[in-house]
Amino acid sequence: MPVKYLEIRWHGRAGQGAKSAAQMLAESALEKGKFVQAFPEYGAERTGAPMKAYNRIGDQPILVRAVIEKPDIVIVIDDTLLSSDLISGLDEKEGTLLVNTVRDFSWIRNKTNFKGKICKVSATDIALQEIGRGVPNTVMLGALVKITNVVPLEAIEKRIEKMFLSKFGEDIVAKNKKALKRGFEEVECEEV
Amino acid sequence: MNNIDLKKARAVTGAEAVANAMRQIEPHVVAAYPITPQTPIVEYFAKFVSDGVVRTEMIPVESEHSAMSAVVGAAATGARAMTATSANGLALMHEVVYIAASSRLPIVMPVVNRALSGPINIHCDHSDAMAERDSGWVQFYAESNQEAYDLTILSLKLAEDESVRLPVMVSLDGFILSHGVEPVEFLPDEVVKEFIGEPKMIYPLLDTEHPVTYGPLDLYDYYFEHKRQQVEAMENAKKVFPKVAEEFYKVSGRKYDFVEPYKLDDAEYVMVALGSTNSTIKYVVDWMREEGFKVGALKVWMFRPFPKAQIQKYLNGRKGVVVLDRSASFGAEAPLYEAVKSALYNVAIRPQMGSYVYGLGGRDILPEHIRKAFEDALSGNLIADEQRYLGLRE
Repeated sequence: MPVKYLEIRWHGRAGQGAKSAAQMLAESALEKGKFVQAFPEYGAERTGAPMKAYNRIGDQPILVRAVIEKPDIVIVIDDTLLSSDLISGLDEKEGTLLVNTVRDFSWIRNKTNFKGKICKVSATDIALQEIGRGVPNTVMLGALVKITNVVPLEAIEKRIEKMFLSKFGEDIVAKNKKALKRGFEEVECEEV
Repeated sequence: MNNIDLKKARAVTGAEAVANAMRQIEPHVVAAYPITPQTPIVEYFAKFVSDGVVRTEMIPVESEHSAMSAVVGAAATGARAMTATSANGLALMHEVVYIAASSRLPIVMPVVNRALSGPINIHCDHSDAMAERDSGWVQFYAESNQEAYDLTILSLKLAEDESVRLPVMVSLDGFILSHGVEPVEFLPDEVVKEFIGEPKMIYPLLDTEHPVTYGPLDLYDYYFEHKRQQVEAMENAKKVFPKVAEEFYKVSGRKYDFVEPYKLDDAEYVMVALGSTNSTIKYVVDWMREEGFKVGALKVWMFRPFPKAQIQKYLNGRKGVVVLDRSASFGAEAPLYEAVKSALYNVAIRPQMGSYVYGLGGRDILPEHIRKAFEDALSGNLIADEQRYLGLRE
């Protein structure tokens, strides 16, 4: 293949913010001078239905418009979705699985049979504590930044300000930033 | 390929990009059916209206048939009028789509390309726009969100040109572009306003000093002559488009043409397609070029009027031409293939040709599928009368 992009596949349920997180990541990476792509995959649109979103990030224009079959990173926002099918195409040597869960690594490995690098963070709990709503996407972005360094944390913080400041005010911005930072700090990884 | 300056770009969906073009155009009237199968284009635009960002008269109507009817009525008065639609919405408009063209009304309509029912499917293919290909509208197909934005603005000037006076559809692939986020460089509002200028009123219905009639009875005495004039207007669109594209290039730095050649200079095998799949095709061209294969691509920007001369110029003498269609014509050849094949009837050296239908109802098209079609061409395995499929289970 001529060009390699960083490819991320998000799995969540409609309403959990996977689409917005993918978009926010794309906007942040664009501000850092990267070519970006973010797109959701829709089925029948209803809250709670499993859905996917995708990111490609690169130093050259992104040409491929197909869905991502061989992701570098799989992010699972809802651990009830975990299965071996869910992580299809994720390479055990190079790939990373990032999960929002309160459970331990062995539980994730049992659910997925994934033998590569797994990272986890209790994103819903953190979102409830910091934002007061169980929308874990900003926490997941913080965790993603920690494990990939795809953009600096401050790039996401800037996006949060741009998106939320005029609409919801300083309080919500501060809470989301805190949630983002805790995702960054509290993500744990295990390599076998 | 047009470059994008990332420092000036914003990451937006195709729907937002097109809605922003409509905000800058600021039509006098936008009529739209506000729910499914409508797309976020109209949702964004309705917000501009309610926020007072534009002075447009927004008419939410009870069906797509009424949306096009309202836009036709508004345009006949001399107003700049737009709507946007998708899939079954466009199909429901069908009757009035023809009336817009035959009344020579310069309406610009973004169309988010999605499959027609049935069975029910909301995803991308070109069956909606292809059903209107003989309606007398100019049709463009965008590869990217940037192109969807640019072509919406450019189309307005083409539509309103005095020798053209035809409606224009700007097709953008459903979900892939309409809901996909990528960098788009917007022009400043004043640049767009200056580029499109003030609309020229030609035979306005409300000019009571000079009364005119629209949509009268027109039987075997003059109907045929009027259709002949529509044929002529399409020919004029071909003449005017390069001038409009040149003017757009001057204000934007981005080039548009009937077709876009990609790595064609020494290419022996060429793939032809419409819309967003051209990006993935370019990726595969790069990939195969690295391995030494002489492959290239020809993107068709303007499908109606069909740019026969440009197709002939770029494809004459190639060893193989592969045409990809995202719609089927049941019982006949797929629309783009049929048009390209017919254009090549008279060239000096006819290439081998192959027809590939792909992506119906949003079926994904992978680089491997595109490579497979190129490999058929490279191995001399193209049969002009055979329709093949990419990404289909059989």
